[in-house]
This record gives sequence, structure tokens and C-alpha cells, in this order.
Amino acid sequence: MSTQTREPVRSAKRRRTGVSNRTDWWALVMIAPATIGLAVLYLWPFASTFLTSFMNVPAFGPGQFTGLDNYARLLTDGDFWRALRNSGLYTGLVLLGIPIAIVLAALIQQVSRGRAIYRVLFFLPVVTLPVAVGMVWRFILNGDFGLFNWALSLFGIPGQYWVADDRFTIYAFAAVGIWMTLGINLIILGAGLQSIPMDLYEASSLDGAGRIRQFFSITLPLLSPTIFFVMILSVISALQMFDLVFVMLGSINNTAIDGSKTIVYLFYEAGFVQFRQGDAAAIAMVLLIIIMAATAVQFRLQKKWVVYE
Amino acid sequence: MRTKKVLATAALIATGALLTGCSGGPTGDDGEVTITYGVWAGTQTPAMEAIAAAFEEENPGINVEVQEQPWPQYWSTLQTGAQGGTAPDAFWMLAQQIRPYAAGGQLLDITDAVESEGVDLANYPQAVLDLYDQGDGAIYGLPKDFDTNGVWFNKELFDAAGVDYPSPDWTWDDFRETARALTTDDVWGIAAPIDPQGGYYNTIYQAGGQVISDDGTTATIDSPEAVEGIKFWTDLQADGSSPTLQQLSDTEAVTMFEQGKVAMYMSGSFWALQFYNNEEFRPKVDVAPLPTGPAGQANITSGIANVGFAGTDHPEEVTKFLLFASGERAAQIQAETGAVLPAFEGTQQGWIDAMPEFENLQVFIDAVDYAVPLPVQGNAAQWQGLQTEYLTPAWNGETSAEEAAEQYAAAIDEVLAADR
Repeated sequence: MSTQTREPVRSAKRRRTGVSNRTDWWALVMIAPATIGLAVLYLWPFASTFLTSFMNVPAFGPGQFTGLDNYARLLTDGDFWRALRNSGLYTGLVLLGIPIAIVLAALIQQVSRGRAIYRVLFFLPVVTLPVAVGMVWRFILNGDFGLFNWALSLFGIPGQYWVADDRFTIYAFAAVGIWMTLGINLIILGAGLQSIPMDLYEASSLDGAGRIRQFFSITLPLLSPTIFFVMILSVISALQMFDLVFVMLGSINNTAIDGSKTIVYLFYEAGFVQFRQGDAAAIAMVLLIIIMAATAVQFRLQKKWVVYE
Repeated sequence: MRTKKVLATAALIATGALLTGCSGGPTGDDGEVTITYGVWAGTQTPAMEAIAAAFEEENPGINVEVQEQPWPQYWSTLQTGAQGGTAPDAFWMLAQQIRPYAAGGQLLDITDAVESEGVDLANYPQAVLDLYDQGDGAIYGLPKDFDTNGVWFNKELFDAAGVDYPSPDWTWDDFRETARALTTDDVWGIAAPIDPQGGYYNTIYQAGGQVISDDGTTATIDSPEAVEGIKFWTDLQADGSSPTLQQLSDTEAVTMFEQGKVAMYMSGSFWALQFYNNEEFRPKVDVAPLPTGPAGQANITSGIANVGFAGTDHPEEVTKFLLFASGERAAQIQAETGAVLPAFEGTQQGWIDAMPEFENLQVFIDAVDYAVPLPVQGNAAQWQGLQTEYLTPAWNGETSAEEAAEQYAAAIDEVLAADR
């Protein structure tokens, strides 16, 4: 995150000459592919979604502008608020995975031999197809024949219909979501841990600090920029969660689906099932605003807890 | 400053991932013409490939490439493909989906070819032709197959419970009684999900009701007769003769039936090949006609149509293929492989002969006499999608069938009104 220091220092004179300068010209040529790619793949779809969100668009053919109708309908739609609640709950639950990842990363750091094996084991879910993950968990969490309920029954705990009862579905998604992202978080946090100088630990142990004290006084503060980074990524991807709903509740007659939709699932349904593209675009724009707001709030709050050396 | 940049980038990446997502299909061009044929059902793919091969043989210079998409993403892929101009040249269409495609000018009009090639529409079931009639005089596709419903049952579970196999003239009361008698601690008599085509639509018509009014403007699913048809299912749930909706959400009804957890499964003829291919299950399976309701017999029918993409580069070749794929030879191939009940008149016997160990497949063909076309008025995909939300409480016994039907009817009316 040190892009600013790497920016070339330009004199006032060079800035005036602008693109005519040979080096600048070449630089523009070199970044052109990336710029064009960005424009085509992100800016153009973004602009067209923005426009579509103010239109009533039939499945095929041109739409007409209807002003803020789509937004007004969205904000008075109970399904939207329920989806917002579901996505919010899911995001909050997935964030609980970060402390787990921190503790595990710290523990793996302590392991002297075979550290890589643990990392690979935890990383496997990350490189597994989300659809496959969803299918397998759907079987594990099956109310009548699932492994999870069988395991609970061994302790005398009554099982539930984890993926067929909308009181539990979001929690089921969150458990799978945490499991799926644990590996990548471990890698990032592990890298953060390795950048903490060992002499801090040596010095503190000379001063009589124990493991626990070291964890809270050295590890956590010095790891905080990495934790912050992981948080930003987790929140964005959690707010965009769609695949688990689609795969785990995918069967046509799953009655829990109505209470388990996330914002992006609502977007998918409006745009790709019900041919309401204007509404779908409005959902996407609202999600964009929510993600921007959530990220801005985190940046504001980071000043209170993130320690930069 | 830096914060803003990161924010903007993060937000862009966030939405960009949502908004992009269509890809093109290749079209081979080395003197020969290659057309693509989009389908969804795995069990039918071998038959579709055989049809493609037979077509290539008759038409040198045209290659047909069968492209299979799994059911869950078939429609979203097709929609993005059509919008981006990369949809398959020919593809399967369903009656409840055709409207937006036809109205949006995405389908190849093959009316002229049907006339000039002398295709006799009398060879296709009228109910299925009606389903695809958009009222604009144009023909966008011809039926490939059709389906009616029956009551699939597990003979072994009937024998174990000492219950007689269903008689062909059984009534609603016999049905309910049979389901109850078959239910034990481990087995349910029937699977009663919220299933329109294979379930409650049939009983609504058997009770003399209708889902949508004849002029297509209002929902009639809350009429006393229609409610009677819904109660058929909620009663089965109330009796405890079926797994609960939650259980059927977790494990699909057809899976429960194949696992021997439920003894009867009311659904379409299209399961035949899957059950037949399950060798362990095959000897246990039999099928009976739907029970007769208070107002007589009724059976919901539908079928897939072969349609062409208006944006194809090879409209002539595609039209030729469409006529072939819905023609007699293709129907015979579908029948012989047992893939599905072909729509072409006179080829259905082949389908029955393909699965000799299923003795009563004739019930699906007999049902044509009292078949009712699947209700698909207006934006059918949308109002049908609302069924779980409104009917679940009735199935769970939380509200009465009347109340649920009334609320669902109001919701359907809203969709139908918005569509006009």
C-alpha cells in the first residue's frame, strides 16, 4: 500500500510538456492494453448498468427511462429488506472467521516442522470449485440423512434442517463461507506474521512477557494492517455472496429459498429468471453503494485500531 | 486521497464481477457450416447426438454440434447468449419461457418453411402446439416431445404394506387411502411437494377448476373448485402421508422415490428412462394413471419445442435442422432410445417398446385424451416463481388452502396486470 512513494517525482517543467515527452508516450502505450481492458470490462458495463437502473427494460430490445421508479419499488419491497438483512447477517458471521484465522495462523507459525502441510490442508477448500463445495455441504447438512445431524445425535443434540429451514440457512452458509475462505486468510495473515521482527519477542521475553501477553501486545498490533486488509476483502466478498445460496438451496422446490435470498441472489433472480433487468440493475447499484459505504466506514474506523509502524 | 482510490477500485471490482459474464460460442468456418444445438437434459443427450448425426448424413456440409447446459443455468445462459448474439443456433424451448423470446424478436420465424416443406401440423398434439402459439400467426418452433403425468409407484413397498396396486379407475378417495395405508415409520405413501406441472395443477383441473382465466387476464386459482384441487395436496400433508416440505427441500421428491423412501410419486413421463436405467430400481417400478377427481379426469401436458435463434448466421441450415429435429425420423430416434415421448404422431409406440419391462407406459399416451395444456399465460416464469412464497403456509398447515390461494391469486393478478 505504498503506491504514493513509488510515484515518480515530476518537476513543474516536465508536467507542462505532457505527453510529448518520449518516456511518457511510451508509458501510455505500455499501459494501453490494461486501460482498454479496464474500460471494456468494467467501465462500460458499469455505465450501462447505471443507465439501465433508471429504465424499464424488457427481456430483449430497447428500454424506456422511468426515472427513479426501480429504486422506489426496490425500497418498498419486503424481499429486498429481507435480502439485505440476510446479506448483513452473513457478512457479520463471516467476519467471525477472521479471529479463527488469526489464532490458527499464529499456531501454525509455532509449528517447527511441516508448516507447509498445514497451509496446504487449510488452502484446499480455497482452490476447490464453490459448486462442488456447496454440493458436498448440502449432503453433510441434510436434515434426514446428513453427517452433521448424525454427529449431533451422538451427543444427544436434536438435528435441524440446516439447509431447508430459513431460520438456519444463513448460519449454514456462513459456516461453509468461513471454511472456504479460511485458507486464503491464513496465507495472508501468515505472511503478516512473518514480517514481525523476532527481536521484539526476544526483548519482551527478557522483560518477562509470556506467550499470551506477547500475542496481545506484539502480534496483534503489528498484524493489524494485515487484519484490516483481510477484513476489507472479506466484507466485499461476503456482501456479494451468491454461489452458496444457488448451489445449496438450488433444488426447484426448496421452500427455504424465500427466506434465504442474499442481495446478489435477488439480483440474479430479477435479471436472469424474471426478465426484470431494470430492477436488477437498481439492485446492483444499491449494492455498490452499500459496499462503498461499508468500505468507507472501515477506513474511517481503522484509524482507531490499526497500527502502522 | 489514497483511501478514495482504494475505495473506488474496490467498488469497481465489486460491481464489475457482477456485471460481466457472457461468452461467445465458436462457429466453425472451413467451407462447411456448423450449427449449434442447445439442450439441457443429460439423459437425452445421446439421443440428440444421434439425431444430429442422422441429420449430418442426410445433409452433407452441415455439421451439428450438440451443446449441453445443466438445467440450473440453461435459461440464464440462453438469455445472456441471446442478448449478446451468441446463443446456440437452434435450441430447446419451454412454453413457460417462450413469450419474452418471441416478443423480443429473438426467435427464427419458420412459418414459410413449414408451409413450403409441407409439414402437416396434425402430426403434433394440438395441446402442445397451442402452448407455443403466440397469437401472431407465426410458427417459431415445432414440438419435439410431449409429456403427461402418471402415478409412479414402487411395487415392493406396496407388497410390503399389503396394499393393492392402484386400479386404473381409482378416485381421489382411493388415492388418499392408499397413501395413508402405505405410510409406515420408515416409508411415506406419497411425496407431496409444491409441484405445479406434476402435481397440483392436475388436481385443480380434476376438481373442475382452472389456474388462470381463459382470456389470460386473471388468476382463478382461488375459485372453490381450484381450492379443492390444492386441498388434495394439503390433506396428504395433514395426514402425514408425505414427507414435510422441509424434508422434500432437503432431498428432492424424485430422489426419495428412487431411494425407496416414498411409495408413490405423481409426475411426468420424462422420468421413465432415468428409472429404467437404474437397474436395481427398475423391477420395482410401475405406473398408474392419475386418479379421477370430483369433476372427472384431467392431465397437464406440456412439451419441449425446437426453436431457432433469430441472430444465427445460417438461418436456412438452422430451419432445415429444426424441421428435421421435430420430424418423424428424429421422433423415432427419441423413441427407440427411450429418451422421451416423441411428439410426432405414430412414433410413440417405439418409446413404449424401448422399455419392455415397464408394462404400463401406455397410461401416458392414453392421458392425451383428457390432457390440458400447461397454463403459461403472461410472464409465467415470474408468477410461477411466487408459488413457494404463497403456498408453503398451506402445505405446512399454517393457513387454509383458501387463504393461501386467495393471496397467491392476488399476486398472480399483479404480475398479469404489469405485463399488459
